[in-house]
Amino acid sequence: MEIGTVLPAIAFYLFASTACICALMVVIARNPVRSVLFLIMTFFSAAALFVMLGAEFLALLLVIVYVGAVAVLFLFVVMMLDVDFVELKQGFAQYLPLGGLLAFVLTVELIVLGTTFRLPENFSAQVPIEQGVSNIEAFGLVLYTDFAFFFEAAGLILLVAMIGAIMLTLNKKKGVKRQNVSDQVARTPKDGLELIDVKPGEGLS
Amino acid sequence: MTDLVFNISLMLPEVFLVLSALILLLLGAFGGRKMTSTVNLAAIVVLVVAAGLVLYKIPDEGSKELFAGALKLDYLAVFGKFIALLATAFSLLLAYGYLKTENRLSPEFAILYLFAALGMMIMVSANDLLSLYIGVEMQSLALYVLAASNRDSLRSSESGLKYFVLGALSSGLLLYGASLIYGFSGATRFDGIYEVVANGGSIGLMIGIVFLLCGLAFKVSAAPFHMWTPDVYEGAPTPVTAFFSVAPKIAAIILIARILFEPFLAMIADWQQVIIAISVLSLTVGYLGAIQQKNIKRLMAYSSIANMGYAMIALATGTISGMSGLLFFMVLYLISTLGVFACILAMRRSEGMVEQIEDLAGLSRTKPALALALTILLFSVAGVPPAAGFFGKYFIFVAAVDANLTWLAIYGAVASVVGAFVYLRLVKIIWFDEPAVEFVPVKFSQGAVVALSAVLMLPGAIWLLPALMEWSQTVAASLFLVNG
Repeated sequence: MEIGTVLPAIAFYLFASTACICALMVVIARNPVRSVLFLIMTFFSAAALFVMLGAEFLALLLVIVYVGAVAVLFLFVVMMLDVDFVELKQGFAQYLPLGGLLAFVLTVELIVLGTTFRLPENFSAQVPIEQGVSNIEAFGLVLYTDFAFFFEAAGLILLVAMIGAIMLTLNKKKGVKRQNVSDQVARTPKDGLELIDVKPGEGLS
Repeated sequence: MTDLVFNISLMLPEVFLVLSALILLLLGAFGGRKMTSTVNLAAIVVLVVAAGLVLYKIPDEGSKELFAGALKLDYLAVFGKFIALLATAFSLLLAYGYLKTENRLSPEFAILYLFAALGMMIMVSANDLLSLYIGVEMQSLALYVLAASNRDSLRSSESGLKYFVLGALSSGLLLYGASLIYGFSGATRFDGIYEVVANGGSIGLMIGIVFLLCGLAFKVSAAPFHMWTPDVYEGAPTPVTAFFSVAPKIAAIILIARILFEPFLAMIADWQQVIIAISVLSLTVGYLGAIQQKNIKRLMAYSSIANMGYAMIALATGTISGMSGLLFFMVLYLISTLGVFACILAMRRSEGMVEQIEDLAGLSRTKPALALALTILLFSVAGVPPAAGFFGKYFIFVAAVDANLTWLAIYGAVASVVGAFVYLRLVKIIWFDEPAVEFVPVKFSQGAVVALSAVLMLPGAIWLLPALMEWSQTVAASLFLVNG
C-alpha cells in the first residue's frame, strides 16, 4: 500500500473516532463542565475532518464560531447557573425504554439510508469549486452575486434577532442617574454654588 | 448586474416592506415616545400598500424565477403574499387598539410584524430549500419575540420560551429533512428536485420529505405536532394570538402545498398516507380537546388545530380541485377567525380583559350587535350552511370524494358535527344564559374588524364567494399547469 493513501485513512479514522467518542461523552459525562469540554473536542475533530475535505474556511469558521463563542458561552452559563444536573438526570431510567426505542428506529433509518445512498447521476455541487481558487475566493465570487438574496435575507434575520433581544431585555427604569458629559462641562460656578448670607447667631433654618 | 437590478425590480413589494421597516425602526429608535403611535399606524399603511404592490407586480408569463431560482413569482405566490399581508395588517390594527388601551404600545411591536410579514412573503414564493428555511426562520423568530412581548406576565414569557424551544426542535427536523432531500437529489432548487423525483424517487427522498413535513406541520400546529398551541395561544397577548392563528397559517400551508404539488407530486403515494394521518389526528385531537376548554383562547387554539385537519384533507387529494378548495377554505377560515378574535378582544370589563367562556353569558342582551356578529362568525367557523365557512368545507369534501378519499371526507363531516357542538355551546351561552357583567364599549378598530368579517361571512358572501372561487381556481390551475 502506498503511504499516500494510508496516511489520510489513518487521519480520518483517528478524527472520526475521536468525534464519535467525545460526542458520546458529552451525553454521559456526570460533570456538566466536562460535557462542554468534550463538546469543544468534538468540534475540533469535526473541524479536522473539514480540513481533510479541503474546506479549510469552514473548518476555521467551526473553530472560531462554535469553539470560540458558542461553547465558551455554554461553559459560562453552566458555571454561572447553579443547576443540579444530577437531579436533572434522575428520570434517565424512566425515559430509557421510549428513548431507546426512538434511538433504535433512528439507527435503523440511518442504516437503510446509508445502504441505499448513491450519488445522483447529474450531481454537481451548486457552485463547483474551481481548481486553484481558495475557499475564501470561491465564497467571495458567489456571495454577493448568485447568493445575494440569501445573504441579505440572512442579514435581516440577524436584525430581527437583535430587535427581539433588545425588546425583551431593555429595561427603561425611571430615576436612574446617568453621566452627561456636556452637562458637566457646561456647568458654571453659578449653577453649582449658592452664596447665603448667614446672620450671626441665627444659623440656617 | 442588470440581471440583479431586474430581479430586485420584480421584488418591489418586498423591497418596499424592508425599506419602510428600516426607516420606521430608526424613527422608533430616535423619535422617542411621541413617535410610537405614528410608527404603528404607518406600519399598517405600509402593509396595505405592499399588498397593493403585490397585485401590481403579477408577471405577464404567469411564473418567473428570481435570483437564479431562489424565489418564484407566480399566481400562488401573489395570492399568498396578498392574503398574508392583509391578514397581518388587520392583526396589527387589532394589536394597536389593544396595546393603546393597555398602555404598552412600542415601536418594536410593529417592526416585528413587518419582518414576520416579510418572512411569510419569502415562504410563499420559496423555490429553493434555502429560501424555504430562511423564510420560515425569519417569520418564526419574529413570532417567538411577539409571544413573549408582555414581559410583566409570567405566562407570556412562558409561552414565548415554550414556542422558541419547540420551534427550534421543529427547525431541526425541517433541516434534517432538507439535508436528506439535498443528499439524495443533488439539488436544493425545487425544479432540480422535481426532475429526480419524476425519474423515480428513492427511500432517502421519502424519509426526507416526511421529516420536512413534520417540521412544517409543527408551524401550522397540526396534530401530532400541536402540543405547543394551547399554551402559546393562551399565554401570548390576545392580539398576537389572533395574528398567530391567521397569517403564519396561510403562509405555511401554501409552502406545504407548493412542496407537495411542485417537486414531490410524483411521489404522492408516499406522502399521501402521512398527510391523511396528520389530518385524521388533527380533526380528532382538535375537536375532542376543544370540548373541554373553559378559556376561549385555548378553545380557539384547538379549533385552529382541527381546521388544519380540513386543510390537510385538501392537501391529501393532490388534485387541482383539492388545491383550489384549500385556498378557498383557508381564506374563509382566516376572515372568520380574525373576526372571532376581534370579538375576544372586545371582552373587556372595567377591571381588565376577561377570557373565560362564561364571561360571554347573555351577551345578546348587553351587546346585541356584537352578539349577532359573533354568532355569524361562529356559524361560519363551524360550517353551518348559510354562513360562508360551510362552502369552504364543502369544496374540500367534494375534492376528497373525487380523489377516491370518500372515507376521509365522511370522517371530516362527522368531525364537523362534533365541532358544531363546541361552537353552538358558545352560541347558547351568548343567547340563552343569564347576563354577566357588561363589557366596556367596543373600540372602533375592533368593531370595524368584527363588522367587516361578519358582513363578509353572511350577507357579503354572495359577492365574496364567487370572486374568491374564481381566483383560487385560477391559482390552482396555474400551479398544475407548470407541472404539465
